[in-house]
Amino acid sequence: MTTIRVEETPHLAYVLRLADSALVLSHRLSEWCGHAPMLEEDLALTNIALDLLGQARLLYEHAATLEGKGRSGDDLAYLRDAPQFRNLLICELPRGDFAFTIVRQTFFSAFFHPFWQLARSSTDPTLAGIAEKAEKEVAYHLRHAGAWLVRLGDGTEESRRRTLEAVDALWPYTGEFFEVDEVGEAMIEAGIAPDPASLRPAFEDTLERLFAEADLPRPAPTWMQTGGLRGVHTEHLGHMLAVMQHLPRAYPGAVW
Amino acid sequence: MSTVALDRLERAIGAVSAVPDPEIPVVSIADLGMVRAVRLAADGVIEVDLTPTYTGCPATERIGEEVGAAIEAAGFGTPRIRFLTSPAWTTDWITPEGRAALERYGIAPPPRRADPGTPVACPRCGGTDTEELSRFGSTPCKALWRCRTCREPFDRFKCL
Repeated sequence: MTTIRVEETPHLAYVLRLADSALVLSHRLSEWCGHAPMLEEDLALTNIALDLLGQARLLYEHAATLEGKGRSGDDLAYLRDAPQFRNLLICELPRGDFAFTIVRQTFFSAFFHPFWQLARSSTDPTLAGIAEKAEKEVAYHLRHAGAWLVRLGDGTEESRRRTLEAVDALWPYTGEFFEVDEVGEAMIEAGIAPDPASLRPAFEDTLERLFAEADLPRPAPTWMQTGGLRGVHTEHLGHMLAVMQHLPRAYPGAVW
Repeated sequence: MSTVALDRLERAIGAVSAVPDPEIPVVSIADLGMVRAVRLAADGVIEVDLTPTYTGCPATERIGEEVGAAIEAAGFGTPRIRFLTSPAWTTDWITPEGRAALERYGIAPPPRRADPGTPVACPRCGGTDTEELSRFGSTPCKALWRCRTCREPFDRFKCL
């Protein structure tokens, strides 16, 4: 029996949300290894994956400390089932084509750059420390994804068509960035988390600028799909975890 | 602190500082600005504070192991090693010696953050007619550039 369940306090649940989002998106990006349209992009996407994996690792170690049951960060990453995952849905969607990957990375980074900037003043000193590193890394990811968004949107007919399709497919998942439930409320109250509502102007400004430069229409307001934060996932996460968790579950305690 | 203790601490600092970066062995972790503090604790154990360069850098764990081994080899027993995320590492902490060593090795050192517009000089021919090929390179800390004068590609340390 290798599956674990975590008793989540609001603080622990919140850190797990951040950790799971970083890990799941990292895994999706790592799937590009050997498949990117060119070598430089293969390196870029896997480097971004590595940064997110590093952030996830620090966050899982923090979560394991908060839980205080002697579990490791790896236990939390590899031994929970899909309904226990707390990641944003946008992170778990299959990697799609290159335009899909770039649009997703643009949305994600446009939110998480101001998020980590504000989280530097979190009352949780470990989270504030992670934020200091993550903010710099995500700023770099945003520059990269944004430059590609402009090239694809303002590129060929096909690149533009694919980018528009990706925007349509992904925009309904951006509302979850701003969702605040009782866990979020408790964290904002305690000064541990920034209020996502305060991040909306920076998020909108970034997209405004990039979409204008890419000559793309801004996505229209629409119904937003949420659920990941409370463990209600798309069918894709379970398949992804089956691959990602296979080794530590099949060979408990395996080391390199 | 007694002279003996001071001498021990200095030797420990020397041992930690000499540990080379596993990915770029021409520079030490001290040259890269990763060593934040070395202390002699009341119980006689050496404490080392390190800062990771990138959160996901696979070399971080290896560096921890090598610092531990260096301290033990210097006769101090097992040290207590901490990785600190705050204040976050910046390329401004790379020492002038570290910058020179990177350049000799063929990696263009990063610009000072206060001065990001500095032209990137090719580490092979010194030419400044250079261009970025990719923001990302073979390790988390490097980007890929090319010199338009000598036509050689080269690595450049990313400015962080």
